[in-house]
Amino acid sequence: MKHEIVEKNLGLMIVLIVLTISGGFLAEVVPLFFLKETNEPVEGLEPLSALELEGRDIYIREGCHVCHTQQIRPFRAETERYGHYSVAGEFVYDRPFLWGSKRTGPDLARVGGRYSDAWQRQHLYDPRSVVPESNMPAFPWLFEDRVDHSKTAAKMETLQTLGVPYTDEQIAEASAQVEGKFEIEALVAYLQQLGTVISDKR
Amino acid sequence: MSTFWSIWISVIVLGTVFGCWWLLWATRKSQTTDTETDRTMGHSFDGIEEYDNPLPKWWFYLFLATCVFALGYLALYPGLGNWKGLLGWTAVNQWEAEVAEAEEKYGPIYAQYGQTPVPELAENSDAMKIGQRLFANNCAVCHGSAARGQVGFPNLTDDDWLWGGTPEAILETLHNGRMGNMPAKGTMPSMTNEQVDQVVNYVLSFSGREKDAEAAKAGEQVFAQACVACHGPEGKGMQALGAPNLTDNTWLYGSTYEWIKETVMNGRQNQMPAQDRLLSDDQIQILAAYVYSLSN
Repeated sequence: MKHEIVEKNLGLMIVLIVLTISGGFLAEVVPLFFLKETNEPVEGLEPLSALELEGRDIYIREGCHVCHTQQIRPFRAETERYGHYSVAGEFVYDRPFLWGSKRTGPDLARVGGRYSDAWQRQHLYDPRSVVPESNMPAFPWLFEDRVDHSKTAAKMETLQTLGVPYTDEQIAEASAQVEGKFEIEALVAYLQQLGTVISDKR
Repeated sequence: MSTFWSIWISVIVLGTVFGCWWLLWATRKSQTTDTETDRTMGHSFDGIEEYDNPLPKWWFYLFLATCVFALGYLALYPGLGNWKGLLGWTAVNQWEAEVAEAEEKYGPIYAQYGQTPVPELAENSDAMKIGQRLFANNCAVCHGSAARGQVGFPNLTDDDWLWGGTPEAILETLHNGRMGNMPAKGTMPSMTNEQVDQVVNYVLSFSGREKDAEAAKAGEQVFAQACVACHGPEGKGMQALGAPNLTDNTWLYGSTYEWIKETVMNGRQNQMPAQDRLLSDDQIQILAAYVYSLSN
């Protein structure tokens, strides 16, 4: 075959390019949609409660995932510091996942239960009051604003159609559960459950 | 992984490698002799012509070498569906090997320290270097890198202890955590605002700082009803409950009238998270010795 043929036939070139770039996707990504390891939750994994779910949305809104990852890699240096390495089954209800790509702050995949609620609140209100070396921004408005409860049930319904096993009862109660709560309560509730389904001594 | 997906992956991966191999040969220019070099593509733009020379040989063979490398890699490592690779490598067993190597190196040291009583371990400078690292990684976030604490997070370098400073008490605190809970208005939910003012003045009078001597006097009654159950009749606290001594000059929260009023009105919840879930017994033993060494 002559290269000239490809260069002078745009249609053929498009077909060949599509074939070439889809190879990696077909071999590396598509099978993951169907594998047990990536689709089945780890034992004990529960969908987020209404309050935790709203906390997660605040986590996304404030861009926490831009500086904090939620994925512990299987290296000793990481498991010594953060705990058991992350496994795919922990994230089956995460839509979208918040693994992140860059650590300006530490990994948060197993931050749940490591610090007290009081510490989390103090730290989010003014990080440098507890960690003088920190360069994290402060989030004082979380202590003034209430959680928007009008869309909580709709969010849970959407997740339900995507396969997260929320019961209709949970969805019916969702709005009442978060109504009147401060955003900080939702965010701390979300943080305090992170990674607690797998516990392992370092 | 099911057989279908295993075959699916293998066919695509091997197909890509061999496809590249075929493409390299199929599109290779056949000009191999000197007479055929300097041939042009046959078109001319404003008198500019383009040579039609083949890829340099070293370059062409480098491309072929990448295909050979890919095949070698796929034989050694798990890249083809269920094929485990001749080396048997996985991300998890690499991690296990790293951990096992560290365990072999540090395990005996930790085991030895883990068996050493806390006061003796606190004298061991090597162990305390480890303790300092463990403290920095696990405790400094709340207690500060110098262990001097913050508002709401106790200073560990002084002689004042909420839950006791004996080796046993420190070990218990580390292993199982502590939950300090001061209810709003103590054991007297019916406390009026006037009584709050009185009891705050009474608490301030322990350190001779009352604002209003009469109110402080009246506060003794309120204190007896609302506070003695935990802080004791003389306000000296009770370590079994984590109730602080109110007569010394150490304050977990602020020591001013306003701070103490806030504490009385709304109570305080303070939690030390249990480390049992996170650290090994040996590491906790070293940490306990480190904390013990800070004030002994």
